[in-house]
Amino acid sequence: MTDLFAARSQMAISLGFHIVFAAVGTAMPFLMAMSHWKWLRTGDEVYLRLTKAWSKGVAIFFATGAVSGTVLSFELGLLWPEFMKHAGPIFGMPFSWEGSAFFLEAIALGIFLYGWDRIPRWVHWWSGIAVGLTGVLSGLFVICANAWMNAPQGFRWVEGEAMDIDPWAAMFNKAALHQGVHMTIAAFAAVGFAVAGVHALGLLKNSKSRFHQYAFRIALTMGAVAALIQPFHGDRLAKQVAQLQPAKLAAMEGLFTTVKPAPLAIGGWPNEAEKTLDYALHIPRLLSFFAHGDFESEVIGLDQFPLENWPPVAVTHVAFQIMVSLGSTMALIGALFLWARFRSKNWFQDRRWLRAIVFCTPLGFIAIEAGWTVTEVGRQPWIIYGVMKTKDAVSPMPGLIVPMLLFTGVYLLLAVVVTALMVRQFQNVD
Amino acid sequence: MWIEITTFFLTVSVLLYSLFAGADFGGGILEFFRGRQLRTEQRELISHALSPVWEANHVWLILAIVILFVGFPKAYAVISTVFHIPLTLMLIGIILRGCAFTYRHYDAVKDRSHVYYSRIFVASSFLTPLMLGTIAGAIFLGRRVPNAQTFAEIFVAPWLNLFSFSVGTFTCILFSFLAAIYLLGEAPNENLRALLVTRAKTLNGLAVLSGLSVFLAAEWDGLPLLHFFLGDPWALGCVVMATLLLAPLWLSLKFRSVIWSRFLVAAQVTFILMGWFRLQFPALVVTRIVSSGLMGMETLNIYNSAAPEATLRPLVGALIVGSVLIFPALIYLLKIFKSVR
Repeated sequence: MTDLFAARSQMAISLGFHIVFAAVGTAMPFLMAMSHWKWLRTGDEVYLRLTKAWSKGVAIFFATGAVSGTVLSFELGLLWPEFMKHAGPIFGMPFSWEGSAFFLEAIALGIFLYGWDRIPRWVHWWSGIAVGLTGVLSGLFVICANAWMNAPQGFRWVEGEAMDIDPWAAMFNKAALHQGVHMTIAAFAAVGFAVAGVHALGLLKNSKSRFHQYAFRIALTMGAVAALIQPFHGDRLAKQVAQLQPAKLAAMEGLFTTVKPAPLAIGGWPNEAEKTLDYALHIPRLLSFFAHGDFESEVIGLDQFPLENWPPVAVTHVAFQIMVSLGSTMALIGALFLWARFRSKNWFQDRRWLRAIVFCTPLGFIAIEAGWTVTEVGRQPWIIYGVMKTKDAVSPMPGLIVPMLLFTGVYLLLAVVVTALMVRQFQNVD
Repeated sequence: MWIEITTFFLTVSVLLYSLFAGADFGGGILEFFRGRQLRTEQRELISHALSPVWEANHVWLILAIVILFVGFPKAYAVISTVFHIPLTLMLIGIILRGCAFTYRHYDAVKDRSHVYYSRIFVASSFLTPLMLGTIAGAIFLGRRVPNAQTFAEIFVAPWLNLFSFSVGTFTCILFSFLAAIYLLGEAPNENLRALLVTRAKTLNGLAVLSGLSVFLAAEWDGLPLLHFFLGDPWALGCVVMATLLLAPLWLSLKFRSVIWSRFLVAAQVTFILMGWFRLQFPALVVTRIVSSGLMGMETLNIYNSAAPEATLRPLVGALIVGSVLIFPALIYLLKIFKSVR
């Protein structure tokens, strides 16, 4: 294994681990606050128990996310010192805002988790809302920085040095808004469905449990609304990628040659040697529409780029297919749920329904991982798109496989422990 | 001017991280030295004291590292390259400490797993400040092997030496000293308070010894630390003040004055850190043995490693806005949970 590959793996594992906890830390406080609000309004003790049960989940996920996020802020330098030396002053701005937002989040969470009976009830409720809002902001700021790597701006690159740095332009780069919104909606959809799935399991065991009924209703409503919005926003994002990173879009679609009009490929396996997409289903002209809003337009294929600047096509394409198919499934189920909820009062009694939702528990998170793979792998071989290659940014330290294995081991262990903790919470809830 | 303001925020973050998060690590270390009788009480006290605040305290480190990589990117790149190994160990410590502590608190089942959580919590509470101090010591020592070729010469020798290790040990002791005195205000009964006072006194003695050992280790590693201090009235003043404050601190312990002992111990740690900052200023990464063929490294100071002013201005702006929001919230948090019982 080369040091470059080890460094990329370590970064991928660290981010892939952190993203789950960050998503929970973003969306879960709102579920908690919803239930808390219901309790304050109705005085129904079940809502209070639910709020406390959820807040334990938030505490566990937030702590794990906080420390794994800290690791990332160091890993940027440990693994990519050349990148950080140049990029730090350009794209660092959002990180300084993120630092403040995250600080407020940690403070608000401390107040929320341990402030029961110590502060006025509504101040306490607002501290929960503050956790969620600052969590969303933290996420958006971090994504501003990541988006800059996809759409670098706010500097001139002259002979290997950045000149005329404008941190504001870098922070509000072209990719920032849509990428940030996409990730935030994804967090709400994934968390909503995952929590609903857990409580659907509870309802399958005990359909009379008001605890699980309330939880299921709140969580699935949030997940369903987010999952329904996501495809529409995803379409906007795809159009932007077509414009800013045509090579990434070509890899996502497995489009080896430029065509006009371009068909949309569903599924299939990109054969990089033969430069063909095998076994795919093609829908005529649809990609032209998705990429440029015009059924007749031309879509740039990978043939427009030198081979050394191609992202790994198979990984990007397959990850994209996974993300879209899971996202669509969730949107469909979300729509059905909202319709059923509108039509009948006892919609959650149907066991087939509950089983379907249990099946959906991990889908949102798989979609998040896949989507993140598309963003990062699809940008390769660049670390700053069109400016600096990943291989030129890696640490000069040899033996990077050692820290990679070390962090992989630690994260695997934590994943097992957190899963066990959640199972235990679930078993001891009633 | 922007460079100095940015440096000010960096040092304040490091200082506050030491004063607050340092005590959280110290609490974990104290748990190791549990008395036979008050074992459970002490653990509960530590859990109770850390739970609401440790995450907020931890963010000072994130802030410091962000200021470093935005404001002084070259220094950040060199530090994270040369000190890759101790930084990695420190990060492992940070992950394990935070997770073990939280999982212990929230695990719905109280079984044997709690023994493991506790062990990991205690071990990582040692490891993290040990590495933090080691890195700080190594940055100050600035040891580089001339014409370094091997992995050991480039990536190990700069930090694996007596001086860095002695600073690491000193950090652990200082942090547990802080913790013992901070916890005093939260101890629910006199038995526990008496235990903490005994601990604090022992740790105080250890801190003095370990502080002296830092000077000895410096001589051993060819760093004329004593000479540096004697040549700089401000730095010397800091060390003298830290030492003189021992007397009122002992008095305040004797009279169980929580506010005063907290204030005095924090002042001591502040003076020690100020002395270090003063001596190192304006260097960020010291290189004392400059030689050719060493990955082109030179002593990086706040001036030659700073980001352009276009970056520093909005960074300082963000930090000021952040401070305006953070400090009231932080004070509210501490007021809720850290008022004297």
